[in-house]
Amino acid sequence: MSGVNTAGWRPSMNEVALGDMAPATQSGDRALMLEEALIFELGCEGQTGVDIEAPSKAVSPALSKFRRKAAPALPGLSEPETVRHYTRLSRQNYGIDLGPFPLGSCTMKHNPRLNEKMARLPGFADVHPLQPQKTVEGALEVIEQLADWLMKLTGMASVAMSPKAGAHGELCGLLCIRAALDARGESREIVLVPESAHGTNPATAAFAGFKVQAIPATPEGRVDLEALKEKLGPDVAGVMITNPNTCGLFEPDLKEIADAVHAVGGYVYCDGANFNAIVGRVRPGDLGVDAMHINLHKTFSTPHGGGGPGAGPVVLSEALAPYAPLPFVTRGEEGEVHLVEEENRGEGHERAFGRMVAFHGQMGMFTRALAYILSHGADGLKQVSEDAVLNANYILRSLEDVLEAPFGKSGPCMHEALFSDAGLPDGISTLDIAKGLIDEGFHPMTVYFPLVVKGAMLIEPTETESKQGLDRFIASMRNLAQRAQEQDESLHTAPHFAPRRRLDETRAARKPVLVWKGDEEA
Amino acid sequence: MSVYYSEDHEWIEVEGDLGTVGITDYAQGQLGDITFVDLPEEGATVAKGDSIAVVDSVKAASDVYTPVSGEIAETNDALADEPELVNSDPEVGGWLFRVKLADASELEELMDEAAYKKFVAGL
Repeated sequence: MSGVNTAGWRPSMNEVALGDMAPATQSGDRALMLEEALIFELGCEGQTGVDIEAPSKAVSPALSKFRRKAAPALPGLSEPETVRHYTRLSRQNYGIDLGPFPLGSCTMKHNPRLNEKMARLPGFADVHPLQPQKTVEGALEVIEQLADWLMKLTGMASVAMSPKAGAHGELCGLLCIRAALDARGESREIVLVPESAHGTNPATAAFAGFKVQAIPATPEGRVDLEALKEKLGPDVAGVMITNPNTCGLFEPDLKEIADAVHAVGGYVYCDGANFNAIVGRVRPGDLGVDAMHINLHKTFSTPHGGGGPGAGPVVLSEALAPYAPLPFVTRGEEGEVHLVEEENRGEGHERAFGRMVAFHGQMGMFTRALAYILSHGADGLKQVSEDAVLNANYILRSLEDVLEAPFGKSGPCMHEALFSDAGLPDGISTLDIAKGLIDEGFHPMTVYFPLVVKGAMLIEPTETESKQGLDRFIASMRNLAQRAQEQDESLHTAPHFAPRRRLDETRAARKPVLVWKGDEEA
Repeated sequence: MSVYYSEDHEWIEVEGDLGTVGITDYAQGQLGDITFVDLPEEGATVAKGDSIAVVDSVKAASDVYTPVSGEIAETNDALADEPELVNSDPEVGGWLFRVKLADASELEELMDEAAYKKFVAGL
């Protein structure tokens, strides 16, 4: 307990800030300066937020062997102390509500407060998954309306609303493909995954029991169409392709790829994580896609990690629609919305491959996503993708003279701008730039991904940053690039102003300490 | 006894019908600090080009492809506690697995040291 600063501030902060290695930041920001102990190290024994009656001495003989020998190691804090602990921790966090969050491939956009207001309406917020359907017709209507929008925006025949996240949606799509192959009496084993696809794609294919074969990228950062065609054959179940891809580029050959895959009897899975760049402009169904998940927390502005499971609906082509998992929300002949479950699967879902989740999905995410769609309208969504792409290209062109842009000559980027450490002097790494960005008061970009680019820095500003905000970010990045060229040693020790300095990530991974075990083992 | 190299930066040292496989010094340098190595099961049958091991570093998780077909005879247990051996001694103590060769002619498709050095220099 000694040495713990219960006030929450790090007493040595001024020394750190004035230390000889500390540089001045471009933005003038000093990151966040809070310090906080573990909740177990705060408070004192016997203190609680509520009065609990002493337990009765009489314990039934049947339970007596379970009586505790020692008090449980619970933290002893009053209610305000507990509130303050978590509030202080929250102030150490950095989120989209504090500043730009340019994490490539993640679409960290603003979560409109109107969404929150809608999601908190009691008819949506307080429903129970087991209450009678006729008491939740409004909620079911929301799910169905959202499903209808997602089908229209993607040009697809059907949508499974129950998957809980992007990777869960990928699995759903691949299980649909497997079910379709089973129905044809075929046991195809291979799924082709381009190097420019999302990292979860090969993992999903392997998890679904397929063998993964990689397709190389062209020097321009796109799928090597010829290499893909060479791998096609009777054992290919399908291809998993990310469009726009993780190099931030549109795959103009997707239609040709899809036609070639269909010609050999395979299916096309598209990773929809980057849908924000094309929503309202390109319908994946028109490009021959058979299945695509949609991350509602990316394109449709629901919070990342928004208080429970997320939602990763999967849109499906005519070919895969019959195999969508239950439960399924459907509109009956008289316009009423109801659920198709095992007992009524005869309503067109006889071939459903099964069930991935207990209930129908995350109501809070559905409500937020529909609120986002309705408040933007079709024209607004079109502007979303336009502004997201414009912002990313503004960053690409504003930094390509100071940072190597490996695909800068491949034409405009889509929603994210990709740089590499190739132009940085020896000894200065992508990690140094990312850590320097923390000192500048920004969350770092995605680093060392995609793997096809050495020392990658992937920046996705999204449409919700203003030009002034982007200019401020660009100024900080240019300053970091200049410091790198000058071999500024202080970059190696950044961040200087964050609550923690450069962490030993290697040791944290090799010898992780994951559980607090009390003072005796500290 | 001779050593061969693959374009995926694996080396294989062959003695009789037993090949010892690891990743090259160039590969470990590119990956950075190795934090975990996921090895195949002993006795598993593998085909040339299969992804059969994973090397995690602070930057990325990378697949290791077996440069030859055969049966896994032994894996390097020391890496469970000391994955850093792949960084410090990649081509000796940091070996990953030993494979009983099914088809020695597969070695002909690999590079010798001089060819691999040339290959790396061109990257």
